[in-house]
Amino acid sequence: MKKAIITVVGKDSVGIIAGVCTFLAKNNINILDISQTIVNGYFNMMMVVDVSGIDDRFLEVSESLAKMGEETLGVVAKIQREEIFDKMHRI
Amino acid sequence: MISINEVLETNDMISHENLDVRTITLGISLLDCIDADIDATCEKIYKKITTTAKDLVSVGASIEKEFGIPIVNKRISVTPIALVGGASCKTSDDFVKIAKTLDKCALEVGVNFIGGYSALVSKGMTKADRLLIDSIPKALKETERVCSSVNLGSTKTGINMDAVRLMGDIVKETANLTADNDSLGCAKLVVFCNAPDDNPFMAGAFHGVTESDCIINVGVSGPGVVKKALESVRDADFGELCETVKKTAFKITRVGQLVALEASKRLNIPFGIVDLSLAPTPAIGDSIAEIFEEMGLERAGAPGTTAALALLNDQVKKGGVMASSYVGGLSGAFIPVSEDHGMIEAVTEGALTLEKLEAMTCVCSVGLDMIAIPGDTPNTTIAGIIADEMAIGMVNQKTTAVRLIPVIGKTVGETAQFGGLLGYAPIIPVNKYSCERFVDRGGRIPAPIHSFKN
Repeated sequence: MKKAIITVVGKDSVGIIAGVCTFLAKNNINILDISQTIVNGYFNMMMVVDVSGIDDRFLEVSESLAKMGEETLGVVAKIQREEIFDKMHRI
Repeated sequence: MISINEVLETNDMISHENLDVRTITLGISLLDCIDADIDATCEKIYKKITTTAKDLVSVGASIEKEFGIPIVNKRISVTPIALVGGASCKTSDDFVKIAKTLDKCALEVGVNFIGGYSALVSKGMTKADRLLIDSIPKALKETERVCSSVNLGSTKTGINMDAVRLMGDIVKETANLTADNDSLGCAKLVVFCNAPDDNPFMAGAFHGVTESDCIINVGVSGPGVVKKALESVRDADFGELCETVKKTAFKITRVGQLVALEASKRLNIPFGIVDLSLAPTPAIGDSIAEIFEEMGLERAGAPGTTAALALLNDQVKKGGVMASSYVGGLSGAFIPVSEDHGMIEAVTEGALTLEKLEAMTCVCSVGLDMIAIPGDTPNTTIAGIIADEMAIGMVNQKTTAVRLIPVIGKTVGETAQFGGLLGYAPIIPVNKYSCERFVDRGGRIPAPIHSFKN
């Protein structure tokens, strides 16, 4: 399984999680884990997702996620392959 | 499973603390391009580079996007051209032809610099070495992306003082030919003692003859991340300070290692080394001098600076070595003046002098880097400064380098503007006393003794 991490940062408002989840469902991306926290008054969400099914169009999905986040939800949403976090924080 | 705090920490490093991978450098051997005919040589070089490196920039860009880590530069290093052109170049203008071919290749594949317009003359110069060195000023004037380096000495061979003296003239001539742009040509020219074969950083990158056909080397960066981490241990003792630098260096280097392996896999080119470096940029929050200030020095250059740099350099290596399977290149903290706004301020205020910078180079990589000096500095004085720095490298068994920019038409109190990552620099005063009779002696300084260490 190839995993990626989605982070969503922005002002808290109704429907952010719903918006992101709908986007993922449309793209056939399975969510493995969700956690969220508020840092300095900002909504921070992290999702671990399975990207095995979209491996060949990862960049395309990444761009449309960022665009959807900015235009529809007013948040910064990005998807990054899991390895960058894994390598940095795990020996 | 990775926690949200770890994810946020990584992304904060990237978005707020200027964490980036400074360069993916593709080393390409041009030994198989040697031909007796100059045009055939150029043709072969063009073909080899544009074929091998055709996907470098696009692969770099996709890694950047998929992992969310900026990769600032994609670059190429090649076999020292004095070796490649030895058979075909009968004049220094023939070498300039090769420089132009390299420039064309760089433009074609989209890299911002190509290094390896180099000669290795630590003991003696061949005819080709001499022709290449003579061609450097013209080559740097007539190309945009070519970088040049000359290795003038080593711990094993001593220092080639004939070449040191010659480079005093060459640096000045390069400055004169590029006087319209604040002598920018000199920013693309560096001289070394103990030059490494696998350095990914410009201007000194070349693909050594001990390397395989092609290889991926990566240089990491992250002074801002170290500075931020040190804010949390402001009043702690040296043990804790060092521990914090080490842990941070580990994290930074792991990103470099990941990018290097990923680039190697996607380009199907073997992974060489990660260069464990803290390389500053002129951006606020991306400065080595700011780390010194965070450690407790009022300004870079204050008493204590050499000690601060020594511990920083050592901890970066200790943390980085464990994070990467192969470490090489220059590995350590860089102290280029024009590329670090904290260093620029320190020079402007008179806190940091050329002599202090020289002392600092004893304990870090690499050397006197991106330092603007008055345009009327005598050639012999430039050679003298180079000789001093080469001696530090030779005796201490480390790489040292000199990249001085005598800014034609400007003097102390004025500022040279180089633009972009190369930044800007106040002109630093140079010792007025002459070393002419010393550097004009010619010959070699013998290799130092390796026993009786004191």
